[in-house]
Amino acid sequence: MMASSYNAKEEDGPHSGSSTNGGTGAAKNKKPDNTAFKQQRLPAWQPILTAGTVLPAFFVIGLIFIPIGIGLYVTSNNIKEFEIDYTGLELGSPCHDCSKNFTWNSTTPCVCALNFTLEQPFESNVYMYYGLSNFYQNHRRYVKSRDDRQLNGDPTSLMKPSKECEPYRTSAETKEPIAPCGAIANSLFNDTLELYYIEPNGTTTAIHLAKKGIAWWTDKHVKFRNPVDDKENLTELFKGTAKPVNWRKPVYELDPSDPENNGFINEDFIVWMRTAALPTFRKLYRIIHKKPSTTSTLPSGRYILKVTYNYPVHSFSGRKRMILSTISWMGGKNPFLGIAYITVGSICFFLGVVLLIIHHKYDTRSNSADIPN
Amino acid sequence: MSGVEPVCTKLYFQNVLLPYLKMFTDFLSFMVLFNFIIPVSMYVTVEMQKFLGSFFITWDKDFFDPEIKEGALVNTSDLNEELGQVEYIFTDKTGTLTQNNMEFIECCIDGFQYRHREDSSELDGVCVTDGPVNKVQQKAGTEREELFLRALCLCHTVQVKESTKNGRDQIDQVDGLGADEEVLHPPQKERGFIASSPDEIALVQGAMRYGFTFLGLESKNMKILNRNKDVETYELLHVLNFDPVRRRMSVMVRSKTGDILLFCKGADSSIFPRVRQEEVERIRMHVERNATDGYRTLCVAYKHLSAEEYANADAGLREAKLALQDREEKLMDVYNQVETEMTLIGATAVEDQLQDEAAQTMEALQVAGMKVWVLTGDKMETAKSTCYACGLFKKNTELLELTLRTLEDGGRRREERLHDLLLEYHKKAVQDAPPVKLGITRSWSVASHGFGFIIDGASLSMVLSSSSESNSSLYKNLFLQICQNCTAVLCCRMAPLQKAQIVRLVKNSKGSPITLSIGDGANDVSMILEAHVGIGIKGKEGRQAVKNSDYAIPKLKHLKKLLLAHGHLYYVRIAHLVQYFFYKNLCFILPQFLYQFFCGFSQQPLYDAAYLTMYNICFTSMPILAYSLLEQHICIEVLLDNSTLYREIAKNAMLRWKLFLYWTALGLFHGLVFFFGVRFLFSNPALQDNGQVFGNWSYGTIVFTVLVFTVTLKLALVTQHWTWINHFVIWGSLAFYVFFSFFWGGIIWPFLSHQRLYFVFANMLSSVSAWLVIILLILLSLLPEILLVVLRKPRGPHARQKKQVQSNVGGPQSSARPLLMRTFSDESNTVI
Repeated sequence: MMASSYNAKEEDGPHSGSSTNGGTGAAKNKKPDNTAFKQQRLPAWQPILTAGTVLPAFFVIGLIFIPIGIGLYVTSNNIKEFEIDYTGLELGSPCHDCSKNFTWNSTTPCVCALNFTLEQPFESNVYMYYGLSNFYQNHRRYVKSRDDRQLNGDPTSLMKPSKECEPYRTSAETKEPIAPCGAIANSLFNDTLELYYIEPNGTTTAIHLAKKGIAWWTDKHVKFRNPVDDKENLTELFKGTAKPVNWRKPVYELDPSDPENNGFINEDFIVWMRTAALPTFRKLYRIIHKKPSTTSTLPSGRYILKVTYNYPVHSFSGRKRMILSTISWMGGKNPFLGIAYITVGSICFFLGVVLLIIHHKYDTRSNSADIPN
Repeated sequence: MSGVEPVCTKLYFQNVLLPYLKMFTDFLSFMVLFNFIIPVSMYVTVEMQKFLGSFFITWDKDFFDPEIKEGALVNTSDLNEELGQVEYIFTDKTGTLTQNNMEFIECCIDGFQYRHREDSSELDGVCVTDGPVNKVQQKAGTEREELFLRALCLCHTVQVKESTKNGRDQIDQVDGLGADEEVLHPPQKERGFIASSPDEIALVQGAMRYGFTFLGLESKNMKILNRNKDVETYELLHVLNFDPVRRRMSVMVRSKTGDILLFCKGADSSIFPRVRQEEVERIRMHVERNATDGYRTLCVAYKHLSAEEYANADAGLREAKLALQDREEKLMDVYNQVETEMTLIGATAVEDQLQDEAAQTMEALQVAGMKVWVLTGDKMETAKSTCYACGLFKKNTELLELTLRTLEDGGRRREERLHDLLLEYHKKAVQDAPPVKLGITRSWSVASHGFGFIIDGASLSMVLSSSSESNSSLYKNLFLQICQNCTAVLCCRMAPLQKAQIVRLVKNSKGSPITLSIGDGANDVSMILEAHVGIGIKGKEGRQAVKNSDYAIPKLKHLKKLLLAHGHLYYVRIAHLVQYFFYKNLCFILPQFLYQFFCGFSQQPLYDAAYLTMYNICFTSMPILAYSLLEQHICIEVLLDNSTLYREIAKNAMLRWKLFLYWTALGLFHGLVFFFGVRFLFSNPALQDNGQVFGNWSYGTIVFTVLVFTVTLKLALVTQHWTWINHFVIWGSLAFYVFFSFFWGGIIWPFLSHQRLYFVFANMLSSVSAWLVIILLILLSLLPEILLVVLRKPRGPHARQKKQVQSNVGGPQSSARPLLMRTFSDESNTVI
């Protein structure tokens, strides 16, 4: 890639003058050492980039990037993605009533159902995301409003949450510490999404939604831990703590069916606790595993999305979406990388051509251009 | 009622005060968030670079002088880069341009010339071919001869140091040169002399050659071994010390016979008015010829004092010495009274040899675009011939002279003449000069036939302190403009303060050029202190100059490497260092700034606190420090061979707006690429092949990774001199970043309340998309840089090889012209 010359400067021998001086002790101390470092004569590699040397690099980059870009683009295009907005702000929307009549204190959940059609079958595993818009999970005061010690199962932090959690640190009425404390936990996404397939014969079958494997392995197993004690029961462990203000149920009832997914290590909770980078984001909700028996995980056809509408977004004019997506080696659908690679590869290739022309046209120039004498 | 008040205060607080409080805290939060844009760490790095960089000057073995067994001394580490920006050099003559290693050449007694024959061969390359001297064979009367020699033996303040075998090591080197003399001429002396001025030693040694040996001073008695090997004893009555204003010194001695004699030696200008005029003419001829030959001349006079006269003088001297007020002035008065009506006996000529490679050094500096001004206290003729010998004035240099001599020409008033001359020279040098652009004037073809300007102390003081205010500023301007258009300026007969005055004048002139003063003696201290860069020569006139200087070097020739190599390199290094720092902090903070638009302006940091702290301290500081210490964009040899390269960085060429804007634009471009590249990637945060999503800390970590790699690789592209240290710190920094990120995210840190980065880095690396975007963004950021590098002119080893070939063809450069090779013809085009 680079033309280079390895230029090891020859070392001078010991200074000739020193021998004639008799080399007394005092003189020796004052005379600078003749080392390559001190004399700034360290052997050095002096790369020179010229049109001729960089030319192949440009072509090589172009030739590598363009195929990668095409590969990425094709991969991204092959990913099937279906998105449905169920915010229900529009009048005709099935969830309109739910969004309008929302109150935090209502005990009866509002359920709405949306019909949608998948034009194409979804093969392999399908990942179900919920998407929120205009939700600033990356707001500074929101991001810091958590206590990682408490979430890590520290018993003292459980009963004495960090001050960062204010004003969601202790419950207003009972003065008990909130577990899990903080604004992030308090605003846990608590809509329940269920998916039903309307088979061609008209019967609806519920699609099994796996709730494991949606959080980072390290989060699930190391970073988040339930408080450890000799008590078996989670309910006992969390005794003396209050549930977050906006929650319907305490943390130890997040998933009563599975003790490995309950309390702080509930995966829905863990996913929520990883704050999103941008105000419009999606979070993994469920995985629909491919059944070995069937050809496609989600065959084309009509589906029903049953939403237990608990999460209000009206107040901050947010939107809620449900996304079904297949996944490739590069992650979810995103044409950006492919396009960017193709663009940069093309630019490199184009520059390679331009440099080639310059190189051929002005080949002699680099030789004649020198320090004027 | 009691409950209302607290409610009111609370409401007031919430509704009125809180918004302001929030505004204030928001402001402070943003300050904290963006404070990295001010590169505080740059100060630390710059200081370290300067401090460590100055060691390379101390360590340079080329600056080591085997004679005094010392290398360069760096008294300040603040000015390394100024060495690369010097526009004006003010140099002393004696001891700086010349060796201050005095050699007695000849003397003239009663108008008859005495030249020590066997000695002339010792002066390298000097041959005696003087036409006009034909009186060599003739001799003055023995009596006069001996009187002259006695005067040389007596009129001085030399001390004798009886030397033993290993004696020279113990001699206090501060004042003396006896030790060195001994090394140079071992057979001639078995005794060492110590004196404040090497001239005196040369004179005493000169007298010794003619048979009069000074044996020493023993309890007020001076002993002389005369030609007949008899010891003569004189009682030393008074020493009328030398001072630069009187420019002479005297001794009063009483001989065995009781005669009281006053011997006086001094500059011709100060002696001639004080002796009987009829003797002057014969000797003046010799003195002037010697002066044009570049010798230092002294005239010797004596005077018989009657007992009465002596008593008067003695009383006056004692009184003045005891005076509590104005002692100096009173002493001066007495001196002036005593030193009158003397009889001139002769003159001496002492050669002050040029420093090694003085001419090459001066030429190199001139070619490098620096203007050399010689400021000396010596006579004009002496100084002028030194200038010719050094190549400061060339054969075709047109000399513009503004001295007392030219001022007194034409019999008009000095002020009028000054006015006319200034205008005339101004017309010649400034107005009639071809109106060339700056770029071309700096090419050195102009230097070959430029003007030389000569001014002496008296004229200078007239220029600077003219009677009327308006004239004064006008003259100053004219003077400056003339000087600035001359390739070399010689200011002779300068008092030490006048030297500083000139330096200040130039320093404060338009464009405030960087000035450098170089000198070796106490009289140069003022100008060394006045100039931006002060350089002391470790000469024979004591250590004051060295102690007051910024840099001290053993010889003048070392100035070339100090400026052309060290100065050039340090300037380029620091220029890059500063701009790189602004650049890297800009593209560090810009993504964080842009992130505020996406997080509701909540001051959420994009990067983790550890990254924010470590960025400037650990991840990116070492490569630039190593670069700024080791970079040699052009090899030292090439820099020394091509003085013109120095012009390329003149006038702060590398810290101009254009370059600064380039770096800023680059920083902006990189910041935008980093942020928006990742932003578009995160439009779908499901980046892992198991469908899991990345959060805000992953976002920041990807941006930060791209940032660290890009910024370091950008420096790698700039680096043109890769030593193993560069390799080590550049690749080491990147490796350290990766290692640190794994480490930092690999453990639940018990002392941290937040575990933000737990496994974020590892998870990021497990995502193919993250890898792809990191590679893409780094490459995209560096693409314009690579393009620029490619399109730039090739430089460095190529040029170096070329140059070597050329110098081989050209053969060795003609060395300094021997002092006596230049003749009167050199000065024939003097404008008078």
